Amino acid sequence: MTGSVAVPRPSAVTPLAAWRRLGSWDVLLFVLVVCMFVFGDAVTEDVRTSATAFNTLRNVTEIMLIALAMTMLIISGEIDLSVGSAVGLSSCVVGKAFESGLPMWQCAVLGVVSGTMGGALNGFLVTRVGLQSLAVTIGTLALFRGLGSVLLGNNTVSQFPQGWVSFGYSEKLFGFLPKTWLIVVPAILLFTVLLRYAKTGHAVYAIGLNNEAARYSGLQVRRIKFALFVVTGAMAGLGGVLFTLRTASASPTAVRGLELSVIAAVLFGGVSIFGGKGGLFGVASAVLFLGLSLRILVLAGVKPNVLTVVTGGLLLVSVVGPAVAARLRAHPLFSRSAGRAERESHSAQTMLPDSERL
Amino acid sequence: MTTATLGTAAAPWRTLLRARETPVLVVLVAVVVGTSLANPRFVSRQGIRDLLLAVSFIALMAIGQTFVIVMRHVDLSVGSTLGLASYVGVVAMRNLPGVPLLWLLLACSAVGLAVGLVNGVLVAKLKLPALVVTLGTLYVVRGIQGIVVASKRVNASALPESVVDLGIRSFLGLPYLMWVVIVAALVAAPIARYTRFGRDLYAMGSNPDAAQLVGIRVSTRTIGAFMISGLCAGLSGALFLARFGGTDVNAGMGVELSVVAACVIGGVFIFGGSGSPFGAVVGALLLKVIATALPALKIKEFWQDAIIGALIIAAISVDRIAVVRADRKRRLESRR
Repeated sequence: MTGSVAVPRPSAVTPLAAWRRLGSWDVLLFVLVVCMFVFGDAVTEDVRTSATAFNTLRNVTEIMLIALAMTMLIISGEIDLSVGSAVGLSSCVVGKAFESGLPMWQCAVLGVVSGTMGGALNGFLVTRVGLQSLAVTIGTLALFRGLGSVLLGNNTVSQFPQGWVSFGYSEKLFGFLPKTWLIVVPAILLFTVLLRYAKTGHAVYAIGLNNEAARYSGLQVRRIKFALFVVTGAMAGLGGVLFTLRTASASPTAVRGLELSVIAAVLFGGVSIFGGKGGLFGVASAVLFLGLSLRILVLAGVKPNVLTVVTGGLLLVSVVGPAVAARLRAHPLFSRSAGRAERESHSAQTMLPDSERL
Repeated sequence: MTTATLGTAAAPWRTLLRARETPVLVVLVAVVVGTSLANPRFVSRQGIRDLLLAVSFIALMAIGQTFVIVMRHVDLSVGSTLGLASYVGVVAMRNLPGVPLLWLLLACSAVGLAVGLVNGVLVAKLKLPALVVTLGTLYVVRGIQGIVVASKRVNASALPESVVDLGIRSFLGLPYLMWVVIVAALVAAPIARYTRFGRDLYAMGSNPDAAQLVGIRVSTRTIGAFMISGLCAGLSGALFLARFGGTDVNAGMGVELSVVAACVIGGVFIFGGSGSPFGAVVGALLLKVIATALPALKIKEFWQDAIIGALIIAAISVDRIAVVRADRKRRLESRR
């Protein structure tokens, strides 16, 4: 698309520069989460307890896992709307496999595999057939949801083995950390290292900043994007397994709108919807922020419908905010860095960041 | 890609053959004929009536969505707009004196136009991706609907007779609701095809940068198109109310997928620049025909979503292949 100024800037991803550039928002968000936890008692009772921490962390398990992969995907200039359905499909696969008598660990593996295959389908359609990820994943959103209901119909599978269910639902470490986070914490570390310090991560930023330039400088753009879709699908599959254990049931209608929470968290965490910008510290903080604010609202007795408004509003704020800020910066009144702001808002013109134009 | 929408010089039958809507129409006829051969009861009078009623509000929203998709945007907020509009319509009818049906239509339009305005301003003025903006408004409006409606449920007995009649009565063998869709399509098609506003939308979708450069007022047009989509979504709230004789907090849940699918399947190019409201209506018909054909063919109805998804992917893949071929051909010709 525009591609006039967007040259991959290696400095953008070295820790120090990244810290300087994004630090403020990341840190602010993290501090905000901590403050909400510490001073939340002012709003409603029982916020500053290990139970709140435990519940918050447990409720955002899938969102956190998927957001890690989605961050890389959005930084590379693509998007995946099908993750919510992929979680549902994985959950249905687990349920179906368990119903037909497979041991639980095999069910879990099948769940992850189903998500991975879904991601591979997305990746194939985007990188090989050359379709836009938005359109493709709207299609697979319906497809995966449909396959889930084909598998289970109107049934709800429950009666999963007690050991697995309590692993997903009630077991904790140090009194506040859900045991499932034994998977989540290493995943966060792994993705952080991958995105910040590994060549792959630098390539992802380069692709997001300028797809064509990245390709001409020898990056295997299609292969990397395919891998990102597969990883996102795999995380959704894993999320589906954990969701099944956490809720101790599998049904095709259980998961709705998870993609909204994931995308809202990623964008609120400072990742640009136009690609090339953002980091995992911000995203992880944003997931915690989302989870904790919803938890506090629940504790305060707010109805679930309001929670929907909060999540949707967060998504809008996180895309509208930076755009308004860029506009203000471009305004003569605040024009110290007008040129930069103008360029930034200029690069935001089409619906998707890197439309490989038809 | 624009031959179908511009086609002036070619003979009428050739234009028709090359129209993007033709293959869909052929598939539609094939599905209807095939299913009715397998199960003669499929084309019963009652069956057709149910089908047309079920398709009406999806088709109306798809007509509006066409205006948004041809300019390379998308409006995902239509489902929740329908839900909110239907309830606000009921409240307006109850509390305002005079002709209830009029208030219903006014209230539904107002809700739709308001949501469309918000979408349009955010997309046009702040240059944000429509996908994310409308995903956000989808949930915000859904939440507002949830707060306003809560656990209340409106039944047919609580509705004025004129509204219930609208969903029951027919004229010339077609349900009233379908006539609304036909009128909407007859109004929308010329707007898209012949007015300056409509042509500008196609230009913006074909090449956004060029459209800006030739002086099209992109933001005004964008806001206008989103308001049309919102208006159609709001009015389908009224159709929904008439069709189901009521509304509740789940009204319009997930409908946006069917609407986008109807457009894409009906030949509205997802990357903008081509397609027509007429095609969107045909796409909506095809979707519903397939959904109702499933039980008639003794396939479980659970396949419905999966088939919608597969059809969306197939439709955009076919488009992509056509574009790649046309591109190659043009390149070969220019080399000569």
